Amino acid sequence: MPTAEIASQEPVSTNGKVDPSVVMDCNIENLYYGSFKAVRDTRIPVQKNAITAFIGPSGCGKSTVLRCMNRMNDLVRGFRLEGHVQFRGQDIYGPKIDPVAVRRFIGMVFQQPNPFATSVYNNVAFGLRLNNFKGNKAAKVEEALKSADLWDEVKDKLNESGLSLSGGQQQRLCIARAIATEPEVLLLDEPCSALDPVATRSIEELMKQLKARFAIAIVTHNLQQAQRVSDKTGFLYVDTSEGSRTGYLVEFGDSNQIFHDPKQKETQQYIKGEFS
Amino acid sequence: MTSDVAAAKPGIPRNPDAETLDPFHGVDFSKLERSLHRPRTFMSMLWTVIVSAMTLFALIPLFSVLWLLVWRGGRKLSIAAFTQLPPAPLEQSGGFGNAIVGTLAICGMALLISLPIGLLSAIFLAQAKPDNRLASSVRFAGKVLTGFPSILAGVFAYGVVVMATGGYSALAGAVALSILMLPTILLTSEDAIRMVPERMKEAAIGMGATDTQTVWMVLLPAAVPRILTGVMLAIARGAGETAPLLFTALFSSYWLLWHGHVKLMQPTASLAVLIYNFAGMPFANQVELAWAAALVLVVMVLIANLIGQSLANRQVQ
Amino acid sequence: MPTETQISKPPSRTQAITDTAFRALCQGFTWLVAVIAVIIVLKIVLAALPAVRQYGLGFLSGQVWDPNKKLYSILPEIWGTLYSSVLALIFGTAFGVAAALFLAEGFTADAVFALLKIVNLQFHPFWGKLPVQVENLLSNLIELLAAIPSVVYGLWGLFVIIPLVRPACHWLHADLGWIPLFGTDLSGPGMLPAVIVLSIMILPTITAIGRGALLAVPTRLRMAAYGLGATRWEAIFAVTLPTASRGIFGGIVLAFGRALGETMALAMLVGNANVISVSLFSPANTLAALLANAFPEASPKDVGVLMYAATVLLVITLLVNVAGAYIVQFTASELEGEKV
Repeated sequence: MPTAEIASQEPVSTNGKVDPSVVMDCNIENLYYGSFKAVRDTRIPVQKNAITAFIGPSGCGKSTVLRCMNRMNDLVRGFRLEGHVQFRGQDIYGPKIDPVAVRRFIGMVFQQPNPFATSVYNNVAFGLRLNNFKGNKAAKVEEALKSADLWDEVKDKLNESGLSLSGGQQQRLCIARAIATEPEVLLLDEPCSALDPVATRSIEELMKQLKARFAIAIVTHNLQQAQRVSDKTGFLYVDTSEGSRTGYLVEFGDSNQIFHDPKQKETQQYIKGEFS
Repeated sequence: MTSDVAAAKPGIPRNPDAETLDPFHGVDFSKLERSLHRPRTFMSMLWTVIVSAMTLFALIPLFSVLWLLVWRGGRKLSIAAFTQLPPAPLEQSGGFGNAIVGTLAICGMALLISLPIGLLSAIFLAQAKPDNRLASSVRFAGKVLTGFPSILAGVFAYGVVVMATGGYSALAGAVALSILMLPTILLTSEDAIRMVPERMKEAAIGMGATDTQTVWMVLLPAAVPRILTGVMLAIARGAGETAPLLFTALFSSYWLLWHGHVKLMQPTASLAVLIYNFAGMPFANQVELAWAAALVLVVMVLIANLIGQSLANRQVQ
Repeated sequence: MPTETQISKPPSRTQAITDTAFRALCQGFTWLVAVIAVIIVLKIVLAALPAVRQYGLGFLSGQVWDPNKKLYSILPEIWGTLYSSVLALIFGTAFGVAAALFLAEGFTADAVFALLKIVNLQFHPFWGKLPVQVENLLSNLIELLAAIPSVVYGLWGLFVIIPLVRPACHWLHADLGWIPLFGTDLSGPGMLPAVIVLSIMILPTITAIGRGALLAVPTRLRMAAYGLGATRWEAIFAVTLPTASRGIFGGIVLAFGRALGETMALAMLVGNANVISVSLFSPANTLAALLANAFPEASPKDVGVLMYAATVLLVITLLVNVAGAYIVQFTASELEGEKV
C-alpha cells in the first residue's frame, strides 16, 4: 500500500539547496480541516516556464494542494498545515507573512469562470487598482487581454458587462484579470471543467503561450489535457486505510514519464484505466 | 383512459388472451373518472373554493382603503394642501405643508443615524464566521427588534432624548424612528452582501485583495440594489409610523424652517401625527384634511416600496 | 523578491492600515448595535423602577386608573392587549394561511390558466405568462396591505368599519345578548372594530412567512403524496402543511407579537375605556394605546408609572418575539440543512 518515502524520491531540492528554476516548493506533510486529514506527504515543485499538472481521482485533494499555494485555504475554518510552501525560498506560511500579499504574487483562476458584475475593462483593471498601479492602465488592460487571446473579441465591448461574454470568453477574461498584474505564478484550478471542447482547446493553447512568462500549476481531472499541456505531472491518490479519505502524492515527474512509463502501481492502474 | 384499446382500433381482432394479459382486467373504468359525487373529490373542490374565497375576501380591505383614500382624500387635495399650514379649529382651508417637510426631515435624520450603523454592522455580520458569538447575537437581536413595538421605540427616545434635552424635538422623533429602521437595514444589507456569489468574492481574494478592498470593490457594488431595497423599505416603514412620534416629535403648526433657522430641537409636525390628531376632531375640514394627508402619506410610502421592489427585481446575474 | 517594473506588490502601508481600521470600525459598529439593544431595554426598565417599588405587583392586578387620586393599575389594559391580539390572531391566521396556500400551492396560477383556457389563449406568448404574473401581483398586493401605515387603517376603521358593523352589532346584541360575546352594545369605538383592523394588519405577516415556508417544502415530498394517489388537498393536509407547520407557526407567533405592540389602530378604535369585558362590542383599552394616549400629557410623576406599563408591554412582546424569531430561525436552518 501507499508508502511514505515516495515524496523524497523526487528530484526536488535536498537540504534546502533549491533548484533555481523552482519558483515554488510545495511540501505538505499533513493538511487538516479540523480533525479531518485531507492531504499528507505531498511535495510538488513548480518550475519557471513550465506547466505543472496535478492529476488524480476526485477527492484526492489536488485542488486542496493548489489552494494551499496561495493560501486560499486560509478562508476555510479549521484549516491547518504541517510542512511548508516556499515561494522563492521564503515560506509563505511563515508567521510574519501576510496571506493577502502572497496572493498578489501568486494568481489564481478558478473552476467556474467568475468575472465581477462590471465591465470587461474594469474586470481586468481590478488587480491594477488593487496594487495602486499608477501607469497607463488602458495599455496594461489591452496587453493582458491580448495575452489572454481575448482582445480581438472584446475590443469593441470593453464597457459591456463581463458576465455578457460566453463561458470560454469569461474564463479567458479571468485569466487576463489574473495576469494583468504580472504575478510570478499562475494557479489554475480545473479551468476548463465548465467549458465546451472548443473553448477548452483555446485555453490550452493560451496556457502554452503563457508559460513563457509565468510558472503555471494546473489541476485537471482530464488526463488528455494534462498530457497535452503539461511538462511535469504529479499524480495524487486517496488513502482510505485510516478510515478516512486522505490524499497523498504517489508519483511526480516529467509528464512523458508519468504517462508512458509510470513507476508506481497506482499510477499505472489509473493511467491505464483512463486510456484503455 | 375510459375506453379499452381494442375498441379504439376496430380493425385489429381482439386477442383471445386479452383478458388474462390485460393488467386492468376487472377494473371498472368508470371508477377512474373524476366525479364530484366522490367525497374525496368534492372535499378537494370545496377546500379550493373556500381558500380562494378567503383570499379574495382578505383583499377587500386593501381595495376599500385605497378607494376611500382616492375618493375622500383626492377631493381635498389642492396646491393649498401642500403649501399651507394646518388650520385652527373652525378655520376653513389650510393644508399640511409643514407636516410633509417634517416627515421628510425626521425620516432623513433617522436614516442618517441608522444607515451607517446598520450597513457597517451588516458588513461585519456578512463576513463573520458562523461561530462568531457577537455576529449571531446581533443578528438575533436584529430579528427580535424587527418586531419591537413602535410605541416602545417612542418610550425609549422619550427617555433618552426628550428627558435629556428637556423638550420634544425632531431629533427625538428621528432617534425613535432610527431604532425601528435599524433592524430592516441591518438584516437586508447582510442578506444582500451574502447573496453576492461566493466565487466573485473568491476571485477578489485570490488576487490578493484585502478584506476592505473586497468589500468596497466587489461585494458592495454587487449588493447595492438589494441594500437600497432594504433602505427604501425602512424609509417606507419610518414614514408611516405614528406611535413613536406622538410624544417625541409631537406636533407643530409651524414650519420646520422658521425665519431662516432649522428648528430641529423644537416640536415638529409629521403627516402621521397630523392624521391622528385631525381624525379625532369634530370638524369636517380637519377630517377631510386628515384623509388628504393620508392619501399623500400612502402615496409616499407606496412609492418608496415600489422603488425598493423594482430595485430588488433588477438583479445582477 | 523580483524587482524590475513589478506591478504586483504587497499591500501598501495605507492599504494595510485602512484594512485594519475598516475592519475594526465594522466590528465596533456591530458592538454598538448590541449595546443599543441592551440600552433600549435597560433605559425603559430602569425608568420604571421607582414606580415598580411604589406600586409593586398590585399595579398588575388592580383595575383603577385615576391620576387625580394617584391610583394606577393596568389589569384592564393587560386584558385588552391579550384579548384583542388573540381574537385578531384567530381571524388573521385563518385568512392569512388561506392566502398563503392560495399563493404558494399554485391555485392562483391554475385559476388564471383555467380562465385563459376558455378563450384558448393559455399558450399565447403574451397572455400565457399571465398565470405567473397574476400570482406575483396577488402576493405583492397582500404585501401592500403591510405597507399601509397603521394610522391610515385607524382612519379607515373610524370612518368605514365602525359605521359598517354597528347595525349588525345592534341586531346581535338585541337578539343574542345572552351570549357573553354580544353582552353589550357597540356605541362607537370598541373591541370588534379594533380586532377587525388588527387582523387585517397582521395578515400580511402570516401570509408572507407562511408562503415562504410552503414554498420551501421540497417538491419531491408533494410528488410522493400525489404518486400515492392523494388529491391535491390530501397532499396539502398530509404532507405540505405538516412540513411547513413550524415555519407557519413562527409567522403566527411573530404576528402575535406585532398585534400585542400595535398602537395606532387600537388607540383610535378600541375606545380607551378602563373596562374588562368579554363582549366584542364593549370599549376597552390596551397597553400600547394607554401609552399613546397618556404619554403626551404625562406629568413627570406619571412618566414613571407609564414606564412601568411600558416595561410590562416590553416583557410580553419580547417573550413572544424571541419565541417567534427562534422558531423561524430554527426552521430556516433545518430546511437549509435538508438541501445539503
